[in-house]
Amino acid sequence: MRPFAYERATDVRSAVATLSERPDAVYLGGGTNLVDLMRLGVVSPEMLVDVTRVVDATIEESAGGGLLIGAGVRNGDLTADPLVRGRYPVLAQAVLSGASGQIRNMATVGGNLLQRTRCSYFQDTSKPCNKRRPGSGCPAREGDHRNLAILGHSSSCVATHPSDMAVALAALGAVVHVEGRHGPRTVPMPGLHRLPGDEPDRDTVLEPGDLITAVELPELPFATRSRYRKVRDRASFAFAVVSVAAALDVADGVVRDCRIALGGVAPVPWRAELAESALRGAAATAAEFGRAADIELAQARPLRDNGFKVPLARNVLVGVLTDLAEAR
Amino acid sequence: MTTVDMRYTGSALDRVEGLEKVTGRARYAFENFPADLVYAVPVQAAIARGEIRAVDVDAVLEHPGVIAAIWYGNAPRLVPSDNADLAVFQSRRVAYRGQYIAVVVAETYEEAKEAARLLRVEYAAEDHDVRLRADHPNMYRPEKVNPNYPTDTEHGDPDTALTVAPVLVDATYSTPAEHNNPMEPHATVAEWDGDALTLYDSTQGASGVRDTVAPLFGVPPANVRVISPHVGGGFGSKGGPSPYVIIAALAARHVGRPVKLAVTRQQMFAVTGYRTPTIQRVRLGANADGRLTAIVHDAFEQSSTITEFAEQTTTPTRIMYAAPHRRTTHRLVRLDVPTPSWMRAPGECPGMFALESAMDELAIACQIDPVELRIRNEPDADPESGLPFSSRNLVACLREGARRFGWADRDPAPGVRRRDRLLIGTGVAASTYPVYRRPSQATAQAHRDGRFTVRIAAADIGTGARTVLTQIAADTLRTSPDQVLVEIGDSALPAASLAGGSMGTASWGTAVVRACEALVEGLDRRDGDLPAAGMESSADTTEEIGAQRRLSRHAFGAQFAEVGVDTDTGETRVLRLLGVFAAGRIINPKTARSQFIGGMTMGLSMALFEESIMDLEFGDYLNRDLAQYHVAACADVRDIEALWVEEDDPHLNPMGTKGIGEIGIVGTAAAVANAVHHATGVRIRDLPIRLDKLMR
Repeated sequence: MRPFAYERATDVRSAVATLSERPDAVYLGGGTNLVDLMRLGVVSPEMLVDVTRVVDATIEESAGGGLLIGAGVRNGDLTADPLVRGRYPVLAQAVLSGASGQIRNMATVGGNLLQRTRCSYFQDTSKPCNKRRPGSGCPAREGDHRNLAILGHSSSCVATHPSDMAVALAALGAVVHVEGRHGPRTVPMPGLHRLPGDEPDRDTVLEPGDLITAVELPELPFATRSRYRKVRDRASFAFAVVSVAAALDVADGVVRDCRIALGGVAPVPWRAELAESALRGAAATAAEFGRAADIELAQARPLRDNGFKVPLARNVLVGVLTDLAEAR
Repeated sequence: MTTVDMRYTGSALDRVEGLEKVTGRARYAFENFPADLVYAVPVQAAIARGEIRAVDVDAVLEHPGVIAAIWYGNAPRLVPSDNADLAVFQSRRVAYRGQYIAVVVAETYEEAKEAARLLRVEYAAEDHDVRLRADHPNMYRPEKVNPNYPTDTEHGDPDTALTVAPVLVDATYSTPAEHNNPMEPHATVAEWDGDALTLYDSTQGASGVRDTVAPLFGVPPANVRVISPHVGGGFGSKGGPSPYVIIAALAARHVGRPVKLAVTRQQMFAVTGYRTPTIQRVRLGANADGRLTAIVHDAFEQSSTITEFAEQTTTPTRIMYAAPHRRTTHRLVRLDVPTPSWMRAPGECPGMFALESAMDELAIACQIDPVELRIRNEPDADPESGLPFSSRNLVACLREGARRFGWADRDPAPGVRRRDRLLIGTGVAASTYPVYRRPSQATAQAHRDGRFTVRIAAADIGTGARTVLTQIAADTLRTSPDQVLVEIGDSALPAASLAGGSMGTASWGTAVVRACEALVEGLDRRDGDLPAAGMESSADTTEEIGAQRRLSRHAFGAQFAEVGVDTDTGETRVLRLLGVFAAGRIINPKTARSQFIGGMTMGLSMALFEESIMDLEFGDYLNRDLAQYHVAACADVRDIEALWVEEDDPHLNPMGTKGIGEIGIVGTAAAVANAVHHATGVRIRDLPIRLDKLMR
């Protein structure tokens, strides 16, 4: 590990000012992903600015009827919050399905959004990776990619975004509050994360110095009928092979509204907008759910060894929507 | 021959070092800090085959804290041996990606790590070949297979028998490379004092490490002391010294200070051995009633280009079932891959996945219950050697397991039992493991205060060996365990065989019993009148074990699994796992149960998760941490139980024990795969049983 400086931020503005001036500095939240990457040599920041004492760590009702979740809220506290569990069960379930109890107790909401892909090549500094070293190549395309992307990937990167929480937030249409060099602004999910294109090293639209301060959930009454289902290779402590976050508003057997996002299939938490539009006004039946899934997944471009994710995502999407339609 | 009275043997004594361990006082290899200690971080080859042209030593010597950088170009020469893996830095050749090719020594770990990262190595890379396939043109027949079995066996005319058999199963199975992941990664602290070397090492056998390391440095074994009181798991990967031990000793000698070297989890996937991937063809010929007429089992495996490790994959097939015509073979190919080695039940474990899957396929082909099929093919004597079994209670295990598991009313039809989204199925497989025993020495000392000290260079790698030896000694000395101190884990103690081959208790226990018996005899002669210094007796079991009657000695077991397979996703979860074993006398039901269910858990893990993925482009195992290399998590192990049947075998050793460390992993994967077939109708012949193989 290379030597690095550690600074505990005293307030948000000065933290932003420090990072804006020092491109070699990064924010430190729970450190559950960053410290691993530093140990592996994947990233070698010269300075860590600890923001855990300056970003808000509370969950409050927002003026718009939703919830405002401080970026410093620990993942474990998020899953346990009665407001989150009552109004947005999909979010509580998503966070609870990730990592372990110990990690959830450390990891923050802001850090969870910004975690890096677990692609093997990205984590191995002895090998090329366009995300880690732009222009060096992507061995995953021809190598091991069983658990990599089927949607939204590019010739330069086929990685997936690892977060479960972000999938639920993308489905719910959360808004990310950011403090930047030029003051505060908001970025709507899923627009925070960007597709790799030919710049796979840039995971998000954030600019140098930007600090996530909060995540706002919009008022969404039908999200009380929402669910997260995660498919994984072992029963716990594994990243998603495919996951589905969905909320469904059904009346008289007809879909009035819905929110759907997919995880484990794309470089970003994948909001399934095509499926959503196909379902609005449609009958709440397995056949219609399947049709909507097919429309969404028609965009899929599976790689040599991950074609199974297409029918898998379809099955899980239909399964979750069917469960939600039948739920009372 | 069973002579030890059951007073404390047979009781569920708590681990004697349990308090030390749970309070953090038990000292592991890495936790030793001799004065003047420095840190070594090894550098791994970034090519899979070729030569090292140059290493820029001078550049890293300028970094803060760096004391030395050692590679072929400046390394001291070791005495040549027949173990090429241990000839560290003795050649420019790179035999596999990840091989240790240099080491940096610095004042702190962080400085050494940073300098190791920066060390510039220039290679001349050559094309590599890392893909195991049965039709590889360089497949050959090794002289023997691990540890010393014939490579091939043949009895009768299996080819003709298969041709005329009314029922034929002919299937090819494969198992992936798998890596041992003990909780405690390998580590050593090496300290020279003149020509004497002390190694604080994490090892399964202190005596063996001493005897292997000493000649490499041209010193007598008496000059090397290996200290290893506590070991956080090994499973075979700490069976002999791996290259890191030699590097630590070499570096310590080079810099003239004690050196600490800890293997990282990531490095373990290249340098501490692994289970070879296998491709296995099994052919079973049978009559319509399921009675086997022919068994043919052919295995294809890999080893590295520098060391031949030929695993004994088909040896369990030689003893499992009766059949007049039979053949077993092993073929090996040397690839540009790391050297495979022992991993819990090497050979039996992958071999029995294939054989016991094939037996399930035969049961279906013959429409016979798979428990009954196995009972029907029970041999009267060892089917190949003709030797009598010392004891064999496979049938009792199958029957008891079937009764406990609720097997009786099983509907054999596959793919018909649903519970919500799950398809439910049950499967059975047999287990077996040979009974080994190796010569060991021990001493027993009586003190005037009525206490005893027993000494033997045994190893407790988490098995409970120290506790079990305490029980055995207490019974032989006619005292209670709290009066007995058993000292192990130090090569300065009487030499002992390693903790491997499930032979620890049998080998060490025999030596402990003999030493204690001699002491009791001496005490009886003196009527208990002890000199001030106490009294000591010793034993060496070389002769006793050499004179052992030739018999076929094996433990047996039966494993039953119930699985649920999600019809949407193909996710398989093991709902229930039951193992019933016949392994002689059980010395300690508490530690024995842990051994059995530990093995079964690892077997479950093998069935569903474990797979080291070879990266064909770069030639190394890619998924080298516990986030990527999946082992079973707690949530995967829901309902697991191990039981044993009474087995009184007088032909084993004074305790009447068979080994229990490995049999628990044998057959588990087949039981799970057979249950998956029963649940879904899909036969998975290539492990692990990942969801994409069951996706519809």
